[in-house]
Amino acid sequence: MLFGLPLLSLVIWLPILAGIGVLATGGDRNAQVARWCALAGSIAGLLVAIPLYTRFDPLSSAMQFEERSAWIEYFNIHYHLGVDGIAMPLILLNCFTTPLVVIAGWQVITQRVSQYMGAFLIMSGIVNGVFSSLDAILFYVFWEASLIPMFLIIGVWGGPNRVYAAIKFFLYTLLGSLLMLVAFIYLYQMSGGSFSIQDYHHLPLPLTPQILIFVAFLLAFAVKVPMWPVHTWLPDAHVEAPTGGSVVLAAILLKMGGYGFLRFSLPIVPDASHQLATLMIALSLVAVVYIGLVALVQADMKKLIAYSSVAHMGFVTLGFFLFNALGLEGAIVQMISHGFISGAMFLCVGVLYDRLHSRQIADYGGVANRMPVFAAFFMLFGMANSGLPGTSGFVGEFIIIMAAIQVDFWYGFLAATSLITGAAYTLWMYKRVVFGEVASPAVEALDDVNGREIAILAILAAAVLGMGLCPAPFTEVMHATVDELLAHVARSKL
Amino acid sequence: MNFVSPDFAPAYPEIFLLAMVCVVLLADLAWGEKKPYVAYLLSQITLFGCALITFGTSVPGIAHTFSGMFVDDTMADILKMLVYITVSTTLVYSRGYIAMRGMLSGEFFGLALFATLGMMVMISASHFLTLYLGLELLSLSLYAMVALRRDAPAATEAAIKFFVLGALASGFLLYGMSMVYGATGSLEVGRITEAIQAGVPSHAVLVVGLVFLVAGISFKLSAAPFHMWVPDVYQGAPTAVVLFIGAAPKLAAFGFVMRLLVEGMGAMSADWQGMLVILSVMSMMIGNLAAIVQSNIKRMLAYSTISHMGFVLLGFIAADGDGYSASMFYVVVYVLMTLGTFGIVMLLSRQGFEADRLDDYRGLNRRSPWYAFIMLLLMFSMAGIPPTVGIYAKLSVLQAVLGAGYIWLAVVAVLFSLVGAFYYLRIVKLMYFDEPETDTPILPEGDVKLLISANGLAILAFGFFPQTLMALCAYAIRQSV
Repeated sequence: MLFGLPLLSLVIWLPILAGIGVLATGGDRNAQVARWCALAGSIAGLLVAIPLYTRFDPLSSAMQFEERSAWIEYFNIHYHLGVDGIAMPLILLNCFTTPLVVIAGWQVITQRVSQYMGAFLIMSGIVNGVFSSLDAILFYVFWEASLIPMFLIIGVWGGPNRVYAAIKFFLYTLLGSLLMLVAFIYLYQMSGGSFSIQDYHHLPLPLTPQILIFVAFLLAFAVKVPMWPVHTWLPDAHVEAPTGGSVVLAAILLKMGGYGFLRFSLPIVPDASHQLATLMIALSLVAVVYIGLVALVQADMKKLIAYSSVAHMGFVTLGFFLFNALGLEGAIVQMISHGFISGAMFLCVGVLYDRLHSRQIADYGGVANRMPVFAAFFMLFGMANSGLPGTSGFVGEFIIIMAAIQVDFWYGFLAATSLITGAAYTLWMYKRVVFGEVASPAVEALDDVNGREIAILAILAAAVLGMGLCPAPFTEVMHATVDELLAHVARSKL
Repeated sequence: MNFVSPDFAPAYPEIFLLAMVCVVLLADLAWGEKKPYVAYLLSQITLFGCALITFGTSVPGIAHTFSGMFVDDTMADILKMLVYITVSTTLVYSRGYIAMRGMLSGEFFGLALFATLGMMVMISASHFLTLYLGLELLSLSLYAMVALRRDAPAATEAAIKFFVLGALASGFLLYGMSMVYGATGSLEVGRITEAIQAGVPSHAVLVVGLVFLVAGISFKLSAAPFHMWVPDVYQGAPTAVVLFIGAAPKLAAFGFVMRLLVEGMGAMSADWQGMLVILSVMSMMIGNLAAIVQSNIKRMLAYSTISHMGFVLLGFIAADGDGYSASMFYVVVYVLMTLGTFGIVMLLSRQGFEADRLDDYRGLNRRSPWYAFIMLLLMFSMAGIPPTVGIYAKLSVLQAVLGAGYIWLAVVAVLFSLVGAFYYLRIVKLMYFDEPETDTPILPEGDVKLLISANGLAILAFGFFPQTLMALCAYAIRQSV
């Protein structure tokens, strides 16, 4: 509570109401009004989220800022919110990303501005709802509702093949989540009529149902993360989405999958998680190694970054299923760091795309000659993407590799190959785009980044470096929660 | 021998409606030429009056009258109220459409009110013959409504198909009823249950009768494999009539199934559960798969209706109070969505333009962001995506089947609803991602505009607060079964 206000409700509903307000500004004649309203709304959303960090008790593993009231009594569904050390940083990440996305679309989006900005604000609120729901149906409602704005963002403001990408994105995600719904209803029956996630955490379950529930959850979360082999929607969605859409997709929506594993799969079905851990680790390592190689041969910059996202999220799922504190914390750090870095990478590609309207690596070359400031930023984020020490990309990957070596040397070894492939695909792309002779008259005519773009990139650069040099503020809030989660997962439910 | 006058009180709404139909027809005869709106206004007043009477005469408990042929209970009252609201909304949406097509006449409203009377009788019947009487009154009115435009070959063709297949289904029903009569010696719902529980000489006769009853019911519910008439009728009939067929009669059909299967043949639930499983899976499969390839929105919505009826049957499969109230909730939500969707279709229709091709929805967001948004809500609700009310309808029936132990059925249902999401998304895609083919302005009349906005927002509002509606359905079932 802040001044007697329910903080989490505010974090969810303020952006949504602001988004409706932005929609109400109407057609493109009021575009400027819509932009400023959206910026004000997104910054207000960030400001109300800050007390979540400052007032958070890092020593407690319990849910904090809890709110609970009856919602649908007929099914015993509650409007139950609360955050722990895992959810809170993700909410902050989301609230931090939204203003950046609004600014990134400031000049680029000229058609149906109010709808574009409104969709991002509404999505921001919905995603906060995903990360703070403690009731399974409330979670499901937010989880599914987040599809609608993203579907429209890709489909309305996307590239040439946007319809295919938007529908593929929607149906892939829906497939997984519908089975999750069946699993929720099954748990409702087993628990004697409760949709509370915390009740599920303490619900004893035999192994066969556990495995079935695990598979249902896996489909929902693996599609979202995305894990190999259900990742194929991601490159399409990224390539077709407008820059802002790609940023939110990579920085925020993928984290919903990771969060789902921590909130549902591991604590609700711990025995199945242990049983299937080897499979999960194998899938993660395939993502890290194989998708890394796939990224190497991409000719499209956005596709390359999309595949690198899959590889980096492979680290996250790898960290989850090592079942040690190091791995879990590394995975959460990696999620947040990936939020910064992938967001920044997509923004950098967006900067180039806005100027040349091409994402093909071959169309560029020698950009550094014309855009030195941009080249410097791009360099920093490229290094972070390949996991250079001193950047946030290093922290998560390094911790997870260490955790993997503790479990099995070969896990660590395979994961560590990504340090080489990651550097290879990122830096090779960087070299082809930025260095060398000026490739074409179009590149010759490029203007360097303007103040607005510098502002966004500088904020993200500060975040990437800050987290790389001093990760403690990010990790200390999650210690207690991670320890509790591990202790919980170690207890058998059979 | 003395004659005891039956208690008319439970049937006051029906009696009032019947009297008013005559008034509507006479008034139309007198003033219809000059003032065609008289019949419309009188019909709305009639429905409002019916609602007042139903509300006023509503008493807790179950009241039988006419020697046990007619029943008035809470479920009947609630279903009838919903029927009035649905028919009234249908008439508001239809007014402009039928006026432009020269159908704004006493016949349309007279038939609509007769159909409403048929629905009310179906809902309140507690005797197989009364059930049949209500059903035929409804069906015959609908056949005539489909054929109301004599000069439209498509409508006439649809009417003939509808009539022939409908008559066949009625034959099934009657045949089934006669077998049940043969086995139990009664046609009264309560007596049949008693007879079955007491044990009948030939169970086989009863089961064969049940098969025919279920077949007849599936025809009226438009569940596969008795769905053949639905797409043709939806496509051929005037949109206003399609809305009439698609919305309110489903509420009546729900009441019909409750009276016939649950109250009448409840003791044989083990037998009909298995039949409904097959019907439900087939409906979801055929409805969702066939809807994908349609290019006509009315045809697409016809197949979508079939798949929704598959979901409604899921609740009956559970064969307990929770299941029935889940089904009822699903039907109510379905009616709400159907009203809105066909309301939008008629909103976009003009003189000589039906707005029934999917392509007619291209770029609707450019032409009118508000109506596009309402259609978006309706489509996501039909697909069962939160925060619209559709998800709770799916949630309740899935809850019911899982509660009854049919895990595989729940998985099949969600997989088919995934298929369904595809064609609903296609409408959203056309409206939002494509450029408009025309920029003809959309200018509905004031009350239509208000009502359709309210209809769309209700989808959202019930999505946020479904509790009231769910509790109402549960209350109706609890009080009556």
